[in-house]
Amino acid sequence: MSSVEAPTARKTALNGVHRQVGAKMVEFNGWDMPVEYPASIGGGIIKEHMAVRTGVGIFDVSHMGDIRLAGPQALAAVQHISMNDASKLAIGQAQYSALLYPQGTFVDDVIVHRLGEDEYLLVINAGTREKDFNWVRDNTRQFDCAVENLSDDFTQIAIQGPKGVDLLQKLTDADLSKVKFYWVTRGKLCGLPNILMGRTGYTAEDGFEIYVPADENTSARVWNEILAAGREFGVVPCGLGARNTLRLEGKLPLYGHEISDTINVWEAGLDRFCKMEKPEFIGREALEKAKAAGVKRTLVGSEMTDRGIARDGYKVQDESGREIGYVTSGSPAPFLKKNIALAYVPVEHSAVGTKVKVEIRGQGVEAVVVPTPFYKRPKKV
Amino acid sequence: MPYPADRKYTKEHEWIQVNGNTATVGITDYAQESLGDIVFVETPKVGAELTAGKTFGTVESVKAVSDLFAPASGTVTEVNADLATSPEKVNKDAHGSWMLKMTLKNPSELDGLLSPGDYEKFVAEEAGH
Repeated sequence: MSSVEAPTARKTALNGVHRQVGAKMVEFNGWDMPVEYPASIGGGIIKEHMAVRTGVGIFDVSHMGDIRLAGPQALAAVQHISMNDASKLAIGQAQYSALLYPQGTFVDDVIVHRLGEDEYLLVINAGTREKDFNWVRDNTRQFDCAVENLSDDFTQIAIQGPKGVDLLQKLTDADLSKVKFYWVTRGKLCGLPNILMGRTGYTAEDGFEIYVPADENTSARVWNEILAAGREFGVVPCGLGARNTLRLEGKLPLYGHEISDTINVWEAGLDRFCKMEKPEFIGREALEKAKAAGVKRTLVGSEMTDRGIARDGYKVQDESGREIGYVTSGSPAPFLKKNIALAYVPVEHSAVGTKVKVEIRGQGVEAVVVPTPFYKRPKKV
Repeated sequence: MPYPADRKYTKEHEWIQVNGNTATVGITDYAQESLGDIVFVETPKVGAELTAGKTFGTVESVKAVSDLFAPASGTVTEVNADLATSPEKVNKDAHGSWMLKMTLKNPSELDGLLSPGDYEKFVAEEAGH
């Protein structure tokens, strides 16, 4: 792994901060991002992962994109392109959803936030920033609604873990105890007025994501103030390595892996975020047909039962060694201390307890289908 | 950091320590540092034939699989069973964690490997300093 940057990779406003502390950098979907931080500051993928599960970790997720829809028909526009039901959102509420192609497959997954009477913010993946913006703009022209790409306007920082809310509360006058999971608020943060803070994340833990102005000085100041305020909670900066192991333990999909333009909503198991009772949205017709035809393959969780690590793209076999599917995401799970994977297999092989094999360097290594999510955060007492 | 003087090094970041006609093999501190947390080490069985420059196993970090390349040709006589249960020992002490021991088929192969000083230079260039 090299710390030399790819010549055309984009940088977040915090890039200098990560490099200055010696983070290991990697190119991710065109972005020069930290994959893990040095051991000398408490980093390393495993330590970062454990910090988020037991205390708090912070992530620079500014590479993600932001699309704002505002206007008299903003809701109608969102309803047309998004599979979940945005009409259920109160002001200040958010929901997980996806933008679909007419075939019922994924343009991207998204968190839809209702920020105002007729104002919605879609937070989207880094690798699909341009594609998503073009898609949203091109498919909402018929609605009286302005579509803006705000992706470059924000430094987005995720503060995640059981101590995440306590940490953020030290820095803001907003009463975070009043903000339920998947709701947002605005307040003064680190002296900055009217900062958007959402109780969302990609780690299967409690926590917030905050959106501060994207200039380098402000971004660095806020990042460092969060680290200082979090010292009493053992805060650690976390990179994309831990971000991936955390979301995998929580069975959170990653675009290009569990969801893509060749996978439909039923196969991905995202039924509960797809509101077919909505009379119209892009992809609805195809999904209805697909459901009627019967879903052939499904996403399952698996755990290695023999020595070996299943990784992205590895083939999955049935017990006799016949190829039946493939791994979408696979990795050691630092908290669970197992080697886990998500994989697409035929529905006949999807029951929990089904024995399968993963082909690792030419050998079929034993694994078993297990319930998902692999990890669920403990309920607060 | 100064690399131990009692061994030679490869450009693939393995070390080989020779004692007469047998040798001990591991990976360097630079390798473990680059890999990050090591979670899995796959070594050949006792009796396996190794060919200099060819892969003989893998070392896996959380994020990636890396091939291990034989510094020399010969036969595996012993493997470190400790690494199956505690692969993180390689992170803690790469130069003190051996992966396998082998007899050397052709000891003169070692002449082509890097001295500690040359390896240190090689690493400095690779790291872009």
